Amino acid sequence: MTDFLAMGGYGAYVWTSIAVFLVVLALEALAPGVQRRRVLAEIRGRVQRRATRAPRNDETP
Amino acid sequence: MTPTRKRRLILVSLVLAAVAAAAGLTALALQQNMTYLYSPTEIEAGHAPESARFRLGGVVLENSLRRASDSLKVDFVVTDRFREMPVEYTGILPDLFREGQSIVATGTVQNGRFVATEVLAKHDETYMPKEVKDAIDKAKSTHADAR
Amino acid sequence: MNALTLWFHKTGSPPTFYRIAGVLVPWCYGIGLVLGLVGLYGGLVAAPRDYQQGDAYRIIFVHVPCAWMGLFAYFFMAANAFVALVWRIKLSEILAMASAPIGAAFTFITLVTGSLWGKPMWGTWWTWDARLTSELVLLFLYLGVMGLYAAIEDRRQAARAAGFLALIGIVNLPIVHFSVNWWNTLHQGSTVRLIGPSKIDPAMIWPLLTMALATHVWFFGSVLARTRTGLLELDAGKDWVRRIALAEGARRD
Repeated sequence: MTDFLAMGGYGAYVWTSIAVFLVVLALEALAPGVQRRRVLAEIRGRVQRRATRAPRNDETP
Repeated sequence: MTPTRKRRLILVSLVLAAVAAAAGLTALALQQNMTYLYSPTEIEAGHAPESARFRLGGVVLENSLRRASDSLKVDFVVTDRFREMPVEYTGILPDLFREGQSIVATGTVQNGRFVATEVLAKHDETYMPKEVKDAIDKAKSTHADAR
Repeated sequence: MNALTLWFHKTGSPPTFYRIAGVLVPWCYGIGLVLGLVGLYGGLVAAPRDYQQGDAYRIIFVHVPCAWMGLFAYFFMAANAFVALVWRIKLSEILAMASAPIGAAFTFITLVTGSLWGKPMWGTWWTWDARLTSELVLLFLYLGVMGLYAAIEDRRQAARAAGFLALIGIVNLPIVHFSVNWWNTLHQGSTVRLIGPSKIDPAMIWPLLTMALATHVWFFGSVLARTRTGLLELDAGKDWVRRIALAEGARRD
């Protein structure tokens, strides 16, 4: 196991490379989900604003 | 296809062709001037800059490596198998540095010797386990003996 | 309209594409993840040491697949940008713009892992040879496309301008690929070749190809996920998007 982690003395380089690969791809995969929630929340906000404005418009024709 | 789309298709294709031509010509021009390294043969022919820094590329000649006992100074000969160039360098060598290995050294020529400030090892695109390499070497040497 | 164009129009319509992509995304990520784990196991554990570089060569199993993806994603982006520019198809605009950040991520990984490989083997983190420089230009092209797309207010105009830049930048692709043949570089030539024998042992090539497959499937999962968000953004005023937004809001309350 220690041999495996040591990677013949190149452990720092090999494992950092693997870590960069995994972390960057994980962040890249999470990004659209975050943006999706933001976009949908914005649309809901717009719909609600319009819904609250509509009754007032009815009162003052 | 509607005329508008056809016009757009032609326009976009023309722009693309123009940019490709420009890039192709630039690459062609750079091929003449953009030299990452010089071989010992090119240096002897006077192609390398005489007093400026440049990169020397070649193979470390077998049995040419001399290490100083009291410092990090090393002397070796770089060859392209036609001409040779003696090199001296003080510093830490990369792990792949060994005799018979391709290297790229940066430095200047001083009195016919290349004084390097940086030595990089170049490796080829072949990857194989040690056992396979040994088997190939063995097969090669037996083949050579048979002749 | 024949059956094929009819099918094309149906699938290309935002609500249908959104729904189909929603089914495909988890499959792509799942298959990509499994293949990636198999590939990493193969590369880090099963594959033998290299005769020359020892264990340091194992960086190849992330470096090379990511380098291929950097080029592949650019080609995918430019092809979609071309369709978007000529036929003004909304979906192509979104697909092109969705591939830019993914390609940038892969190119970034390529540069970082290449640096981490270059230090112990070559003896330097970076050198201005043709391969490394053109790969850096590739990253800047991706960032340029993303920046231009973000800078213009109108989404469709932004996609058109950024798509144009993406299309022009495609000339860099052959330069990246052939730089090691056209110029003297510190970087070695191509190991895996489509034409002729590859220069890597069979025990080492299967993890490499598995990783390549994994990153390709992952790329499509990511493109589809980003395209779904892009479609929601573009059609924000439409009924089908409003329904999705409200349904998701109700699920959360």
